Amino acid sequence: MSAVETRPEDERPLSVVRQPLPHDSAELHVTGRAVYIDDMREPAGTLHLAPGWCPNIAKGVIRDVDLTRVRAAPGVVAVITAKDVPGVNDCSPSIGGDPVLADGEIEFWGQVVFCVVAETRDQARRAARLALYEGEAGTPIVTAEAAKAAGTTVLPEYRFGRGELGRAYGNAQRRTEGRFVIGGQEHFYLESQIAMAIPGEAGDVHVWSSTQHPTEVQHIVAKVLGIPDAAVTAEVRRMGGGFGGKESQATQWACLAALAAKVTGRPCKIRLDRDDDFVMTGKRHDMVADFRVGFDGEGRLLSADMHFLSRCGYSADLSLGVNDRTMFHADNAYYYPTVQIRSERLKTNTVSNTAFRGFGGPQGVLAAERMMDTIAVLTGFDPLEVRKRNFYGPGRDVTPYGMKVEDNVLAELVGELEKSSDYLRRRQEIRAFNGRNRILKRGIALTPVKFGISFTLIHLNQAGALVHVYTDGSVHLNHGGTEMGQGLFTKVAQVVAEEFGIGFDRVRITATTTAKVPNSSPTAASSGTDLNGMAAQIACREIKGRMIDFVAQEYGTPPEQIDFRDGQVIIGNGSVPFAEIVKKCYTARVQLSSAGYYSTPKITWNRDKAEGRPFYYFAYGAACSEVVVDTMTGEMKVERVDLLHDCGRSLNPALDIGQIEGGFVQGMGWLTTEELVFDDKGRLRTHAPSTYKIPCCSDVPDAFTTKLFDGVNREESIYRSKAVGEPPLMLACSVFSAIFDAIASLKPGVVPPLDAPATPEAIMRAVTAMRRAEG
Amino acid sequence: MRDTVRIIRRGRIVELDRVGPTETLLDYLRLREGAVGTKEGCNEGDCGACTVAVGSYEDGRVVYRPVNACIQFLGALDGKEIVTVEDIGAPGALHPVQAAMVKHHGSQCGFCTPGIVMSLFALYHRDGRAEPPTRREIDDCLAGNLCRCTGYRPIVDAAREALAEPAADAFVTAESTTAGLMQFLSDRRDIFVGDDEAFFAAPRSVESLGKLYARHPDATLVAGGTDVGLWVTKQFRPLGKVIHLGRVGGLDHVEDVGDAVILGATVSFEAAVPHMAAIDPDLGEIFRRIGSTQVRASGTVGGNVANGSPIGDSPPALIALGATLELMRGLEGRALPIEDFFVDYGKQDREPGEFVAGILVPKLRDDQVFRAYKISKRFDQDISAVMAAVRLTLDGGVITEARVAYGGMAATPKRARTVEARLVGAEPAKAQTWSAAIEAIAEDFTPLSDMRASAHYRLETARALLAKALVEVAGAPTTRTRVTGRREAEVA
Repeated sequence: MSAVETRPEDERPLSVVRQPLPHDSAELHVTGRAVYIDDMREPAGTLHLAPGWCPNIAKGVIRDVDLTRVRAAPGVVAVITAKDVPGVNDCSPSIGGDPVLADGEIEFWGQVVFCVVAETRDQARRAARLALYEGEAGTPIVTAEAAKAAGTTVLPEYRFGRGELGRAYGNAQRRTEGRFVIGGQEHFYLESQIAMAIPGEAGDVHVWSSTQHPTEVQHIVAKVLGIPDAAVTAEVRRMGGGFGGKESQATQWACLAALAAKVTGRPCKIRLDRDDDFVMTGKRHDMVADFRVGFDGEGRLLSADMHFLSRCGYSADLSLGVNDRTMFHADNAYYYPTVQIRSERLKTNTVSNTAFRGFGGPQGVLAAERMMDTIAVLTGFDPLEVRKRNFYGPGRDVTPYGMKVEDNVLAELVGELEKSSDYLRRRQEIRAFNGRNRILKRGIALTPVKFGISFTLIHLNQAGALVHVYTDGSVHLNHGGTEMGQGLFTKVAQVVAEEFGIGFDRVRITATTTAKVPNSSPTAASSGTDLNGMAAQIACREIKGRMIDFVAQEYGTPPEQIDFRDGQVIIGNGSVPFAEIVKKCYTARVQLSSAGYYSTPKITWNRDKAEGRPFYYFAYGAACSEVVVDTMTGEMKVERVDLLHDCGRSLNPALDIGQIEGGFVQGMGWLTTEELVFDDKGRLRTHAPSTYKIPCCSDVPDAFTTKLFDGVNREESIYRSKAVGEPPLMLACSVFSAIFDAIASLKPGVVPPLDAPATPEAIMRAVTAMRRAEG
Repeated sequence: MRDTVRIIRRGRIVELDRVGPTETLLDYLRLREGAVGTKEGCNEGDCGACTVAVGSYEDGRVVYRPVNACIQFLGALDGKEIVTVEDIGAPGALHPVQAAMVKHHGSQCGFCTPGIVMSLFALYHRDGRAEPPTRREIDDCLAGNLCRCTGYRPIVDAAREALAEPAADAFVTAESTTAGLMQFLSDRRDIFVGDDEAFFAAPRSVESLGKLYARHPDATLVAGGTDVGLWVTKQFRPLGKVIHLGRVGGLDHVEDVGDAVILGATVSFEAAVPHMAAIDPDLGEIFRRIGSTQVRASGTVGGNVANGSPIGDSPPALIALGATLELMRGLEGRALPIEDFFVDYGKQDREPGEFVAGILVPKLRDDQVFRAYKISKRFDQDISAVMAAVRLTLDGGVITEARVAYGGMAATPKRARTVEARLVGAEPAKAQTWSAAIEAIAEDFTPLSDMRASAHYRLETARALLAKALVEVAGAPTTRTRVTGRREAEVA
């Protein structure tokens, strides 16, 4: 490792930070005592909502909705439609176009037209089906290709790159081009979208929302109701999973609950049934990736021309940032001397696609890996060798968007994994196996990940925290980040405990609420710990600073001889229990509460000029996966996985490993079993776990090892750790490449036309094409 | 006659005189009891977040099975103990399964966790619990518990640790007391809660079932309810009259009659698996891959056949084996070959008031071989895109009779008659003798495209599976022909 600046805490022994503590709610989870929104005791008179929508129209106009039968149904208290919206009928997180309730025009199958408010949820759900619609169905544009042909977009095309592509391509010794499909992905958080709104006095409303972005819920509820932001409080203690699906798309349900609460004056709750959640909320963007590459005889890439057609759905939502990130990661770990990356953001009559762990990055990474695999097939070099030859390195360290890669650890990290996974020996064995076996073919791949950390929308890189120290020495912690299972609350509480030198159990973690920390950013972009951990640390240090000043004066000890550890305040050669000093501070009228605020340094990004440094740093990792494929049926089994990931100096190795493994398996699902099927009428045919298959236990091999890379963040991140939420998802590209490798063994030199997800059918399409190809 | 439903909760008998015909256990727990530890994830018995353990008294001991509370009708649990995640441990006093889950970081968002804990709780109390479970057993136990956060590895580790030792928890200590309660609750009375317009009924004998069904031929018969539950939770079908078969004596037996096994109509998949595996490992594997442990614990083979669900995965195998269906109306019975039962999509040869009493599954003769395959996007707990089952009768390497049945290739599970005819006289060891038979699949079937697979893939895979069966019968070891469900491992 290159030398990095160190700060005092890097030297100091740590007692809470870096410990593999369990998730703060673990005991509550396993005993069923963790309270999710649907588990909260409902206030007396709570009403329940169910969305109504027209199952016959994916695109068209509804002229009239006959709600007579709906209103007459048992238990129905109210039916709300667009006419009931007092403010602005739009819950878009960006440029608009997302009506809370459709007003005549229908743009996708599943768009909410009205909402039933009834005494029970069952009554609401039954009544919601009784509406009669009069209108006209048009022909929906369903696929990205169809949208491209029709020229419909949600946002303008964007591109960046460098060099003269035509010349570099023309001069290259070897050239090839390819196209493949990258499927979308349903979040399938186990807790479906939910919100409960409790009306207060003077038009105030308190909204409990399972959201990654309480501030946006607050602001948009206010906008929809036509009341000030200050009249709305949005709160969430925990989500039953988010994965990006509750970044912007939790808002609509919160708005509906708040609207119903306003209309009825009673508490209102909406919890989407799983099928409704599938059809009404957006997913990972599916794309068609085209590439044209020039390379030399050594497999070194000379020019890359990449072009993504992205299905954004009917509105912009977060598609700008998502598709930009596809472009930011279309290099993955590789240096492209001459490059152009182009992205088209196409409008289709499907649900509006949204954030999903990786935020578009995975699609870019998969395309980069496909180019490496393609070059390997055409040159005959081992794919890992091709990858290594194309890694960023000295003199080859500027990304297509002009940022210098300063912290690259891939050579070392990949080398370590290559060894620990026994890649070379297994490569030989697999070659021998494939030579002996006609039906079954094995494949192996070792793929890297480099993932940029920071919101590319620069202003989001800020956070606030609120820390109170009470007179018994217990600490109340609050910050703008949300807990969706990733362990953010645990990590930030570790930071706070470490700062005060107290036990983890002395820090009380509290629900995220816009009333305590305002104007927060979404918990997204893997940034939760980086931002909120820093904000909390700053708040703690502010309080500590005041306490130190007091102690220094009170005890006549220089400040540098005062420290906080083991539940004590160390004062020179003596020590006093933390709680005792706290009491003394209180009595001496020292403020024991502070709001901390942090904004990420160094980052800049000028999107118009496509230049700057959008990322504070990169997180790295690598994965080696082995698969076996049945070339008669396309069935596939993952047989062994080895992961090595860079979390810098981990704040909590247990939670980090949880993110790495969980991200990997989620990515594996995206690339193998999880297939979203829209029919030509725009209807989603896979709208429940019966038809949409996320990985289950037996899909994860017993031979599955995960290790943390012994690294350090060269930037001044919280305790030199690195963000870990999203990057490991892309480790799963190794599974896809291993399948590609197995199929490629059928005919050396022929590139398998494998699409993602690699379902049995997709694998057979590639196998059949291989068998027909001239080889 | 009894007009209440009685269950055991936390060591006490709870007698319910108000039970909706289709009231689910999950609604009872969350809405009536306020026991909100049990979660709703999908409301269709697929994700397992709502898993609870149901205890019943069998062969002298209390047996716990994981059940999907979201599609489980409350009335069907008469006489059983319901155990939820709150009941087995509390913070500071965790159950061994809960403690291991904490220790191994088995929860992240925690929403699937109660269901996972309860599935593991049931496995913790499994039969033969002195042996630590294998990975396969853990996979089976958890196939019906989807976790979106962890990637399962820590949960598997937790299971291994918690289940390494024989069960020793409060439920073991209380076993005799619980058994006593269950014996006390076990009576010979028919249950009828409601009135002639809407009721939940659970007759105790074939006689009272016959009488009741004859009086209410419009009632819905429910065995495990793993399919009917979705008619309620997803389709809002008004099932006013529900007759539950679970208490009917005599329908729940597996009987070995020498050259065949008779599965009573209410025999669960779980109970059927070992008997089917004894006939042939592929048959056992097909049954094991139906649904999840929760679904197999409740779902019945009879129900899977009787409701003619196009997603029934057992019929192709039963057709290939030449199984016979026993139907009854009142006390009148008739038998018909199972393939004749499936008339058309969603239409069965079942008269009003007639019910499935049992299925006779012939064993294989020494001159017969059997192969069955299930193709799905995910190996466990998925519904097939294509099912293929083949029974060949051989004489000196020559096929003298072939029964070939497919699922997913037509509106109903169906025999491939042309293929069968062309296979007669062919020799598995000589591919050229059966290539024409394989091509004939296109004459027997015109499959459709849907979300599970395209017509093209279905047709090609149907061909490939028959070829695979023949290659295997000719001697290829399944270690070289399959990525899953290998026979050698099962047999050896």
